[in-house]
Amino acid sequence: MSAASPELIAIADRVIAQARSGEQVEAFVSRGNETEIRIYEGEIEHFVSAQSEGIGIRVVRDGRTGFAYAGTLDESAIASVLEQARDNVQFGTSDEWAGLASPDGVAVVPQELWSDALAAYPTGHKIDLAKQLERLTRAVDPRVRVDDADYSDASGEAAVANTAGIRVSGRENGCFVSVSTLADDGDETQTGFGFSVGRSPEEFDLDRAAREAADRATRLLGAVKPPSKRVTVVLDPYVTAQFLGVLSSALNGENVSKGRSLFANRLGEPVASPLFTLIDDPTNPKAYSATDIDGEGLAARRNSLIEGGVLQGFVHSSYSARRAGTLSTGNAVRGGFKGTPGVGCLAMQLQPGTRSQAELVADVDDGVLIQMVQGLHSGVNPISGDFSTGASGLLISNGQLGAPVREFTIASTLQRMLHDIVEVGADVDWLPMRAAGVSLVIRDITMSGA
Amino acid sequence: MIEQEVLERVLATALRQGGDFAEVYAEDKSSTSAGLDDGRVEQVTSGRDRGAGIRVVSGETTGFAYTADLSEAGLCAAAEAARSVAAQGGGGTRTVALTRSAAHLVNRVEVYPDTVGKAAKVALLQRVDDAARSMGGAIGQVSAGYGDSRKRILVANSDGLLAEDEQVRHLLRISVVANGDAGMQTGFESLGHTVGFEMFEQHDVEELARTAARQAITKLRARPAPSGSIPVVIKAGSGGVLFHEACGHGLEADLVGKGASVYRGKIGEQVASSLVTLVDDGTMAGEWGALGIDDEGHPSQYNVLIQDGVLTDYMWDHLRARKEGHAHTGNGRRQSYMHLPMVRMTNTYVLNGTEAPEDIIRNTPNGVYVAKLGGGSVNTATGDFVFGMTEAYLIENGEITEPLREGNLIGNGPQVLRDIDALANDFAMGNPGTCGKDGQGVPVGDGQPTLRVKSMTIGGTAA
Repeated sequence: MSAASPELIAIADRVIAQARSGEQVEAFVSRGNETEIRIYEGEIEHFVSAQSEGIGIRVVRDGRTGFAYAGTLDESAIASVLEQARDNVQFGTSDEWAGLASPDGVAVVPQELWSDALAAYPTGHKIDLAKQLERLTRAVDPRVRVDDADYSDASGEAAVANTAGIRVSGRENGCFVSVSTLADDGDETQTGFGFSVGRSPEEFDLDRAAREAADRATRLLGAVKPPSKRVTVVLDPYVTAQFLGVLSSALNGENVSKGRSLFANRLGEPVASPLFTLIDDPTNPKAYSATDIDGEGLAARRNSLIEGGVLQGFVHSSYSARRAGTLSTGNAVRGGFKGTPGVGCLAMQLQPGTRSQAELVADVDDGVLIQMVQGLHSGVNPISGDFSTGASGLLISNGQLGAPVREFTIASTLQRMLHDIVEVGADVDWLPMRAAGVSLVIRDITMSGA
Repeated sequence: MIEQEVLERVLATALRQGGDFAEVYAEDKSSTSAGLDDGRVEQVTSGRDRGAGIRVVSGETTGFAYTADLSEAGLCAAAEAARSVAAQGGGGTRTVALTRSAAHLVNRVEVYPDTVGKAAKVALLQRVDDAARSMGGAIGQVSAGYGDSRKRILVANSDGLLAEDEQVRHLLRISVVANGDAGMQTGFESLGHTVGFEMFEQHDVEELARTAARQAITKLRARPAPSGSIPVVIKAGSGGVLFHEACGHGLEADLVGKGASVYRGKIGEQVASSLVTLVDDGTMAGEWGALGIDDEGHPSQYNVLIQDGVLTDYMWDHLRARKEGHAHTGNGRRQSYMHLPMVRMTNTYVLNGTEAPEDIIRNTPNGVYVAKLGGGSVNTATGDFVFGMTEAYLIENGEITEPLREGNLIGNGPQVLRDIDALANDFAMGNPGTCGKDGQGVPVGDGQPTLRVKSMTIGGTAA
């Protein structure tokens, strides 16, 4: 966030001023605009222009928590939200660790989260960007059709204040273009996508988005189902970022306290290959999800999670920290005004190695370059560690990339995969996700196909 | 929610500069949810979402805007925003006269959620927690969630349609973690219907909790799932998601129209084993995807998609149906007033076959028996899909034997539909689901009798 929004913080102030004796009250107030444009065959298929606003109020009394929200900032609605949250308190179970965040003295690392250029960007130019992306993508390869090309942007401002002394506000905007593709060859069709993100449209790389969207679809034409066997896999940066996203749940301090993490009781122990060093650093401005404050209003900060394979720490909100007898790491995550903060990694990054993906591939005798995975949400259990996902990519034999393969799974367990990491690449890619991508080599994975 | 005269004026405003079609969708939703975790009711949440989305269609272009302000001024401002891109043609006054549609009642509600005290809702969670923990010392953690919602919707459009509906839903979710020597395993159950609070009188929530606990405990002794291609028997009521992914999405007319479905141009062709008759049915009273009207104001329908293996029709929304001169099928749905409608499933299921389920297992020398599937996803253009098996067993010599650890099953939709070689007579609906498409989630149901696919790829680690 950046630059205060006096109106929203004033609303939050008015709410917490109504706290009664013995009550802790928190108000989260937000307002946003979004534009979404979809182009199909050179014409606007739809144009969405929207404003939304809302408030969520949390009340804590005698260790019991109640919450309510409404999608409006109408004064009478806000009064009713406070009343509902207060009423809900009596139905919670008393919890000695319940409560709100208090200022902890950690200084905020300022971030540039607002672009005046985007705020002033004319609608007509946004439409042109999506049309241009569609044209560029089609021009890459005659086998490529464009399913749709989208431009979207969003701006939002928010304020959070509580009776424990938190009082912050700010605003943020950003924009996104994406294109989805189909590639045909005879009866066969394959699909792809490409995207580019920026604080403002000047940061877009439309050529790269178009090239990647065409390449993702065409490279799978003619792909076959591989045989079942144990292999070494090289994960593309985009896949590694998703893999790290799965690990995030096991590094969540609340999951650890509640017996839902495979890393529980492992602090200080080796949980991964010595090559594996993982941090969560939302203060790095290169990270897509860089931010200056967390969902409770504390300063976002750099946290070391795994160093040289040894588990260093977990991420915490103020609640999970109190439970674990430690301090918040500034990792409260809030999905908007409709919910209370949870815990999560904000911007994970693996310490990169020194070699390019091509060099990593050259060292693999029998393996697969995994370019896409499908079904991480259904085939990976971050509690048991069972890992199984649909995949597609290119075979590797004797250090050379070979035929495209699809409709197979790769499987192991998260515990084993972390120890089986052979090398981390140098090719860091700051993807629009909560983790940066980088190539990753993992041995002894079961590939299941024909 | 909004007076008829106001709606007529807003629609006229939306079409003031031309445009072929305008629509107002308004909703008012109140919800209550409560979560229990680690033995504590962590929080009760009350929510209110109220607003309207307005779209204006001109040729191939749709303009859309939404607002939380349901006053005439607020609605007209949204109408202006929606038409600014879609319709920039000549002027001319157009009047809209609305005719109220007769109510299409599908779901019956006996006990509205706002007539039940929060204490009774929270007490359900406590009962669930006690029941799961009663299953023994291996149970390490239990979390449970309760949710109810009462949503009124109103749709008015420039064709003169004016329709209203009310949707009341109740949901209960239970997640259990069991601890064993070899680590942790999980169990999950859920119960959800488009009915009132009476759902909890009609279903045994304690038994549901014990089932989730048993699932986690059983998996503690599970061995790695096999890898490679193998026959798969799917228990009744646990594999409807297979059809949802393997062909349901591919039968949505918007994807078909853009050439992003493997089922394009296949009407009248044999696309599945002749055992398969697949239906999408928004009228299945009380089920999770049941609706009186869809989110474009059209009555829900019983639509046969595949009859005896032959593709008979796709699912349609207003825009696609109008473009291709087809009747709409009650499948135009949206997540909320903040979203544009598109073609979506409701309750998608396969009708009964004739075999006894025990016979299907007995006639499978070696394979995998899937007792519960998790989520899945599909690429509609290629038909490739995955879904997770959260409870599965080996079949050895025609008998269900050892439990297996979790993994994904993958396949290609058209291939799997052809490979269904046995269908039982024990139809059951499955768990309530949320179907995601283009960033929007809507409630859907699915169901199927016990069936066998003669070969699927299973993503385990055992050779």
